Amino acid sequence: MAKLYTHNSIKKLNDLKPKEETVNFLLNYSKALSVINCNKMTFETVLN
Amino acid sequence: MQHEIIPDAALVTNYITGDESALEILITRHKQKIYSFIYSKVYDRDITEDIFQDTFIKVIRTLKRGAYNEEGKFLPWVMRISHNLVIDHFRKNSRMPKFDNTGEFSIFSVLSDSSLNAEKQIIKDQVESDVRRLVDELPEDQKEVLLMRIYNDMSFKEISDKTGVSINTALGRMRYALINLRKIIDKHNIVLTN
Repeated sequence: MAKLYTHNSIKKLNDLKPKEETVNFLLNYSKALSVINCNKMTFETVLN
Repeated sequence: MQHEIIPDAALVTNYITGDESALEILITRHKQKIYSFIYSKVYDRDITEDIFQDTFIKVIRTLKRGAYNEEGKFLPWVMRISHNLVIDHFRKNSRMPKFDNTGEFSIFSVLSDSSLNAEKQIIKDQVESDVRRLVDELPEDQKEVLLMRIYNDMSFKEISDKTGVSINTALGRMRYALINLRKIIDKHNIVLTN
């Protein structure tokens, strides 16, 4: 039988995690975002 | 030491009331599941990262706007958002997933050339001409019914109307036509397969 010399490039799905910076970005985005409701209107502001 | 696990619903409520650390717990708790889910669809780390980020941006905005109604289903809700974003991604990218052909998955397992190759085309032509010759050998009444049924795709009702015989007669003629064809094929050992 022929030998297979290929590696599975698709990593095991269990040890997949997002990058640290992605998570940090999300947390910072969450802190910066403020939503103001005013007379049926919604304003979203992202503070620096 | 015993860790008390705060349910998602409580964390969501805390987050809506301004507790930013609740979001961190939610992300940490579910990031692996959501990330793997997206990766299992797109098979690309960078795109997965983008979709993961977009998913949580949507989550954050919805929660902050107060548009989320808690039904104890935080994770399925986030999964649904990521699923929709994956679909959007494929729609944008000309409706085709990208595969790098380096893993066990082979692109050729999903692509196939349905057209016949030269050899098979010749065999097909040969078989068709054999069948035509066989049909020509049939008695005229049987041949007529067979041609109408198989080649003109007529119903037996239509055949009986057109030939002026009853449906049962038309059915009988069809039956004899097939029996006779099989007889000739057996007798001459004709192979009619591609």
